[in-house]
Amino acid sequence: MSTTLPPKTEDGSSPVAPATPTDRRAKRTRLWGRPAFFQSYEQQLALFDTWSKRVGVAVVVVVGFALTQVFSDDILRSLALAFVLAIAALGLNMVTGLAGQVSLGHAFFIGIGAYTAAAISGDPEARTIGYGIEEMWIWLPAAGLVAAVFGVIVAPIATRLRGLYLAIVTLGLVFLGEHVFREWSSLTGGAGVGRSAAEPVLFGFDFSDAGSDSMFTRDQQMYVLMLVLLLVFALAARNIGRSKVGRSFAAVRDRDMAAEMMGIDLPRTKTLAFALSSFYAGCAGGLLYTITGYFDPGSFNLLLSVQIIAMVLIGGAGTVSGTIAGALFVAMLPTIVRNLVAPNLTFISTLPSETPNVFQVEQILYGLLIVVFLLFEPRGLFGIWVRFRTYWKSWPFSY
Amino acid sequence: MTEFLEALIRGLGIGSVYALLALGFVIIYKATRVVSFAQPAFMLTGAVVTSYLTPALGFVLVTGLSFFLSVAAAAIVTALLALVLERVLVRPMVGRAVFVIAIITLGIDIAVRTVVTGYIGIGARPIGFPWGIETIQVLGLSVQIRHLVMMGTVALLGGLLYLFFQRTPFGLAMRAAAFDQEAAMTQGVSVGAVFGTSWALAGGLAAVAGALVSTGAGVDRQLWVIALIALPAIILGGLDSLGGAVIGGLAVGVVEQLVGSYQRDYAPWLGDNVATVAPYALMLLVLLVRPYGLFGTPEVRRV
Repeated sequence: MSTTLPPKTEDGSSPVAPATPTDRRAKRTRLWGRPAFFQSYEQQLALFDTWSKRVGVAVVVVVGFALTQVFSDDILRSLALAFVLAIAALGLNMVTGLAGQVSLGHAFFIGIGAYTAAAISGDPEARTIGYGIEEMWIWLPAAGLVAAVFGVIVAPIATRLRGLYLAIVTLGLVFLGEHVFREWSSLTGGAGVGRSAAEPVLFGFDFSDAGSDSMFTRDQQMYVLMLVLLLVFALAARNIGRSKVGRSFAAVRDRDMAAEMMGIDLPRTKTLAFALSSFYAGCAGGLLYTITGYFDPGSFNLLLSVQIIAMVLIGGAGTVSGTIAGALFVAMLPTIVRNLVAPNLTFISTLPSETPNVFQVEQILYGLLIVVFLLFEPRGLFGIWVRFRTYWKSWPFSY
Repeated sequence: MTEFLEALIRGLGIGSVYALLALGFVIIYKATRVVSFAQPAFMLTGAVVTSYLTPALGFVLVTGLSFFLSVAAAAIVTALLALVLERVLVRPMVGRAVFVIAIITLGIDIAVRTVVTGYIGIGARPIGFPWGIETIQVLGLSVQIRHLVMMGTVALLGGLLYLFFQRTPFGLAMRAAAFDQEAAMTQGVSVGAVFGTSWALAGGLAAVAGALVSTGAGVDRQLWVIALIALPAIILGGLDSLGGAVIGGLAVGVVEQLVGSYQRDYAPWLGDNVATVAPYALMLLVLLVRPYGLFGTPEVRRV
């Protein structure tokens, strides 16, 4: 986020108007055409600090809901999945993008969330553990909280380590988690078998069940549910980012010792970062498989962690809008390749037994895109947007 | 006792493979300060190239010589591949955030690995190791020949690397660049060449490791996971210690085999396949006591 400080006047005093209780108007009124001129700190720290951001977000949200009527069900399903992954990516963005602590262990926390949600909402009669509490407002926060508790348990190791040591240790977490998930078959169903996921039921309304009298299809309902949840989580992430907590994360990222000298409690801040990030991961894990309805303990592997990292880095680390854009881009990549690229390259087979087939092309493109993106635009999609914005802001001048 | 010693020897054999991989990680880390996650791809490349070359070199009549020749050739091929990838995709990122480069190497890994996996085919591909899993009797212990070969290889390559780093001008240049890049540059060391060489060395070592590890069951699609077990090895030894990498690799191999042999009797509730995750548990324990590994240099932090 570029936070522009108000320009100093000649005598060195800041032009920020003193925000006295009687001067309420100053907080609300903004000078037209001067988006970077802030008249109070409240304006500067506002959720959407410029008029164009407010309008832009509103337009994107409206378009998001309108898409239910545009796209076919299978594309809506991929998009709903992408929204859930975006929630997970927002969590990783908090610990990696904001607090600067590299974590390759996100898949582990997603797995914990997924199993907590599935166990709470699962059928008590079934082969796997289930308590039959299907209401989403119970299992969703519970999934997040259990994952957050594990985040806090891991944090003491994480606060002792820095940089690549931390990355490799969190990678170890994924392998340990994968092992436990595979072996604890009364909870997870065991490797290669799996169990049914949580039921997305909110106040008696089952989103995954479109009755014959419903005017929406199942995929449209799930899409809207995930879109609303993504909005909630994204707003919360943006709010955390501009609060005291979020700013202390950024201070730790930029120079942890300097932050410590400014009075920021490093272990506490890092623990909080891990807890918040794991909470997001847990919630995303709980939601992730409600769309497909079934999942296997092998799903929470290194590849999932890498995918989430790729989302944050391709989107733009440290930004909410960038992370969401990156998540949509990475998650929709297979759909794009299958529908747009593969039909144009006739030598590519769609059978998995032949080489080269479409799945291999998908994988190779995935790897290459990560490389090419970071090579040419290390700040990701958000960097492209910033350049685009700057170009038009200063047009017709080049800077 | 016999069981313990045999497990120990198996562990040292497998550990030698981890040591080769760990050496690659550490060489790249020392030169460029980045952990290269592309090692699994190079390992798989080495194994696959060997599996294609061994039958082609079948005219060499001495038993096993065709295998060792193809391993050497595969190591050279993989080293060249690593050199090219480093020059084209990693070098432009010099000076960027370490983690961004690490993710680039992950991207390289995914792309290369997918291409190479296409040449394995369905099921395991035989690598042409003449002895397979045959055993011989050494001092009353039955030892697999391939484990002896692994130990011999790591001793040979470790010795050659030692000579290279300690006795050759370019080895000295590499050590200088690892110590202080700018100072080395002012003394005329081509730091770019150091980066390239480190990748080539790591690629070659990974290729040898890949070929050796598939001597038992052949090359399969899951082989690359072995390279990630070398990660606890480098953390154990310390990211920037070559000797630590070898010791860490051997330790990981031994722990894995001992857990594999005894866990079923003493702690069956941990489930099957604990042996494969035991190195990670060991790594977590060591890091709680020593955050920079056993032989790593603690980072000096300034505000």
